[in-house]
Amino acid sequence: MVVQVVFFVAAALAVIFSLIAVAHRNPVINVLSLVLVFFAMATIFAVLGMDFLAAIQIIVYSGAILVLFLFVIMLLNIRKVERIGGGRPLQALLGAATAIGIGAALVLGASKLAPAGGAVLTGAERGTVVPIGRALLGSHLFAFEFISLLLVAAIIGAVYLARRESR
Amino acid sequence: MSPEVAIPISYTWVLMLSAVLFAIGMIGVLLRRNGIAIFLSLEIMLNSANLAFVAFAMRFAADAETAAAALAGQLFVFFVIGVAAAEAAVGLALFIALHRLKESIDVDRVNILRW
Amino acid sequence: MWDEVLVISIKLAVVLGVLLTTVPIMVWVERRGSALIQDRLGPNRVGPFGLLQPVVDAVKLITKENLIPSGVNTLLYVLAPAIALVVALSTFIAVPFAADSGLSLFGHKISGFIVAPDLNIGILYIFAIASLAVYSIVLAGWSSNNKYSLYGGIRASAQSISYELAMTISVVGVLMASSSLMLSDIIEHQTGTVFGLLPAWNVFPQLIGCITFIVAAFAETNRLPFDLPEAEAELVAGYHTEYSSMKFAAFFMSEYVHMTTSSALIVVLFFGGWTLPWVSLPGGWLGAFLSLGIFALKVAFFLWFFVWIRWTLPRFRFDQLMALGWKAMVPLSVLNFLWVGVGMALGWL
Repeated sequence: MVVQVVFFVAAALAVIFSLIAVAHRNPVINVLSLVLVFFAMATIFAVLGMDFLAAIQIIVYSGAILVLFLFVIMLLNIRKVERIGGGRPLQALLGAATAIGIGAALVLGASKLAPAGGAVLTGAERGTVVPIGRALLGSHLFAFEFISLLLVAAIIGAVYLARRESR
Repeated sequence: MSPEVAIPISYTWVLMLSAVLFAIGMIGVLLRRNGIAIFLSLEIMLNSANLAFVAFAMRFAADAETAAAALAGQLFVFFVIGVAAAEAAVGLALFIALHRLKESIDVDRVNILRW
Repeated sequence: MWDEVLVISIKLAVVLGVLLTTVPIMVWVERRGSALIQDRLGPNRVGPFGLLQPVVDAVKLITKENLIPSGVNTLLYVLAPAIALVVALSTFIAVPFAADSGLSLFGHKISGFIVAPDLNIGILYIFAIASLAVYSIVLAGWSSNNKYSLYGGIRASAQSISYELAMTISVVGVLMASSSLMLSDIIEHQTGTVFGLLPAWNVFPQLIGCITFIVAAFAETNRLPFDLPEAEAELVAGYHTEYSSMKFAAFFMSEYVHMTTSSALIVVLFFGGWTLPWVSLPGGWLGAFLSLGIFALKVAFFLWFFVWIRWTLPRFRFDQLMALGWKAMVPLSVLNFLWVGVGMALGWL
């Protein structure tokens, strides 16, 4: 019962703060509400038994990616962004209608699935560190090595793209 | 925090939350003109995809023959987070370069290559 | 379930009380210790040996006018010290501070002298919460509408994320040796002696990792020699220039609480936590209090070490600091974890 309350509170917070993140005019407030969205999602992961994912979500997403966003906002000195929809009402309406339509279709599809709740994560698929570590360095070794290569490529790309032109 | 009792949350609720967040992110991507704001909305969409993976990992953990897929679902979330980090780094570097060129990150101004 | 909640609440109240009491003690230690090192007297007017000085400081800070300068973004300005304090206090819940052998309080079982006993991502949780401390600094610098604050804020956050990397990698060696992320397992791995006379603490096989971790802990808590973000001579007061009274007190408290948590982590990860290798503690409450005393002594030594280094070493320049973080600390910590890997493969560790 407590678990369900925690899940619903976290879900409600995630939805509210993602609406603020998408609609607010001050970019720093957008980033901060996104931090709260990610925190709510980490809570949901933890409630579902996937502890490692919750920790990784906070460390990587809230603690690194969003700090990077904050740095770039301060570097480029972006004070206020334009109002959402920005003076193009027809396009805004079409865009919103498409998004809400897709969202509604997905929600309807999800509600038609048989609600198989109460999934117990035990044994080798628990979300704790040891099973995930074994899988990362065992059956999914190739993907693991490849993503480290991807991150190196991203670092090189980011450093090159953002360098000051020293003519 | 590892549960030894059944979790009383249905995976369909997690899927519905994922759909709602996806729609909200999509509204942000389609309706905003500022590059950074588009990126933030894109992060919301990536997170909704993560939630969908987690929902199905929950679902597959219930049956014995699909149990390995539950772990694969969690690993996929890990990889999606890694890819999102790489993409955010490169994308923000692109925006810095763009700002240096055009003094603005309004994506409507990035139209030199338009036909 | 409600008796678990009760036990956890009592443990939480005790931990918070002790952490917040450490702050005035550390204020006194800092001021008298710095005076000792600088060959002067230090505060000696208020109470014997100046022991009431922190009390008087606290009263001053509370009764000062609560100023919000014009031109600041009020929400972020007020949020920053709150985030700092909450984050600093939340990291301690995964640290075990005394031995437990199945004790129970009023009939309810205490499962370990640690606020969150079964957190199997132990140290990852601590790193996750500690990485959120960057936000308080960045928001303080940005919202203050002051160029010195902004410089201090950006420098502090750049320093913080750079040394976070070195800190995390230097711990990996310890985690490999203990095969677990839970801090209580890491302490258990360090019981006993090696060759009969050296304690089996992690500092001896992993000296490089320990040194890297201690240096990174100094950088994370913005203590000298890494305190350029709050350098008094250079940036007015860095990111907390525009803060007064209780908001400044919140930053101040969060720095000391962070120092205490870092010292506790150094002790748990590298110096054996609450164990002493040559004595075996009696069970029950006596053993618990003795182990608590041992832990407190070790943490107190490292807190003194923080103060000692602050008043002994000069400050790093910012480019030296960043070069040290990326070009020296990260390779050294990777070297440490390679060494641990080789050692474990060859059966030495």
